[in-house]
Amino acid sequence: MWNRLDWDWDYTMQFLPHMFSALKVTIAVTFASFAVALIGGLLLAMLRRARYKGIAYLAGAFVEFIRSTPLIVQAFFIFYVFPISFNLVLSPFTAGVIALGIHYSTYLSEVYRSGIDAVDKGQWEAAKALNFSRMQTWMRIILPQAIPPLIPVLGNYLIVMFKETPILSAITLMEIMGVAKQFGSASWRFLEPVTMVGLLFLLLSYPSSLLVRYAETRLNRQRGS
Amino acid sequence: MNMRSDEKPIVRYRNIRKSYGDLEVIKGIDLDIFPAEKIAVIGPSGSGKTTLGRMLMTLEEPSSGTIEVDGELLWHKKVNGKLVRADEKHLHKIRGKIGMVFQHFNLFPHMTILRNVTEAPVRVKGMSRKEAEKIGMEMLDKVGLIDKKDNYPSQLSGGQKQRVAIARALVMDPKVMVFDEVTSALDPELVGEVLNVIKEIAREGKMAMMLITHEMDFAREVADRVIFTADGRIVEEGPPEQIFEHPKSERLQNFLSRFMAKV
Ligand SMILES: Nc1ncnc2c1ncn2[C@@H]1O[C@H](COP(=O)(O)OP(=O)(O)O)[C@@H](O)[C@H]1O
Ligand SMILES: [Mg+2]
Repeated sequence: MWNRLDWDWDYTMQFLPHMFSALKVTIAVTFASFAVALIGGLLLAMLRRARYKGIAYLAGAFVEFIRSTPLIVQAFFIFYVFPISFNLVLSPFTAGVIALGIHYSTYLSEVYRSGIDAVDKGQWEAAKALNFSRMQTWMRIILPQAIPPLIPVLGNYLIVMFKETPILSAITLMEIMGVAKQFGSASWRFLEPVTMVGLLFLLLSYPSSLLVRYAETRLNRQRGS
Repeated sequence: MNMRSDEKPIVRYRNIRKSYGDLEVIKGIDLDIFPAEKIAVIGPSGSGKTTLGRMLMTLEEPSSGTIEVDGELLWHKKVNGKLVRADEKHLHKIRGKIGMVFQHFNLFPHMTILRNVTEAPVRVKGMSRKEAEKIGMEMLDKVGLIDKKDNYPSQLSGGQKQRVAIARALVMDPKVMVFDEVTSALDPELVGEVLNVIKEIAREGKMAMMLITHEMDFAREVADRVIFTADGRIVEEGPPEQIFEHPKSERLQNFLSRFMAKV
């Protein structure tokens, strides 16, 4: 089989349309789970600063737990174990969004945390002296200062998550890697589909990372550094 | 001891103590501040002046003792005759009567000057933006910065920033306001403009003021009463003439002579 490294164009043309339509799934699952991670990460970061130490501790423990176990194990649990344990049947897409979104929310909570810690503590004190509530202080004083500098890092995580989506083929999600596996195992030719998957990821993530870098230099210029 | 004893204090510290770990920094302070009274707090660095003000602003919780504001307990509530720690709702209610200006201004850098001054009345007091802007402009006028209303804090000098911070606190109309060394972070040539603004506010008179300061001339001019703290205690207090002309305790005499030598 290894001597057949010559490229089969007929075969390529056969699976490529399927792969293109699966690309929509890849992109949709990326953005949906990124949205979950953005919100979940922010909530975790805020909970870790909760006034009640018990809540802060639980949020911290949750972050450590999720970060210490592999994404694929979490995805398997949500997709294969939850239906049996909790009678909760999820589509591969929904399960994938939850798994990827929650997994990365723990990483994003660290990103948010660095941004929140960078806000001068005098801002909290001034907000308190003016009698803003805790929630108003978060929303109107702290987060508007903490988040803008994080935009490039958050953008990078979007690309990282995009490249993580092939893992979800393990829970039968028909994103582009799923299509590649399907065709590959049927014909015993993996060269073409797997190469095309790599190429598609390269084509999409490289320009995106350039965009993020551009945003970063612009932001730095704005802040005069 | 003073002629106001018929009046009810706006602030009443009772046997207040504060420790950080093993270090006791406030060692039992009793202090009454009367409505509209101007108190200057002087004393060596580390003697607990800031901590005293921060406990009133609810930024630090006393380790023991009570503080009353306008006749109500600040950090405590009475439940069945017993003192229990107050909840956030209670603190929020009392905190509205207290204001503070900080050494490092702490303006909100992402908001314009006008917005800095109007955000709290709108969000906290539920004032309409129009009404808040009217009062905000009055206050900015009072501190002489009406032409900076659309600028951002980073575009202002230190003295201007501090004047905005004063306007921002005034808009909330507190009954007592803490000024914690509000000129210590300023270049010497900018100190005067800030002190003049505070003198002007003091002259208007209705608000009680706790002026923590190293500016002795200013304290003498503005204060009704001067408190001298050392090592977490009030060592001496009295009208400015008495404190500055006839200090009784050796600690105050030493403190003042060191100060006069520096100036
Ligand atoms: N958050 C804190 N943790 C530990 N020690 C503190 C803290 N804040 C103040 N202190 C200590 O309390 C003492 C009094 O401080 P402070 O009230 O700032 O004095 P002052 O304003 O008179 O200079 C100092 O010894 C200071 O080091
Ligand atoms: Mg101090």
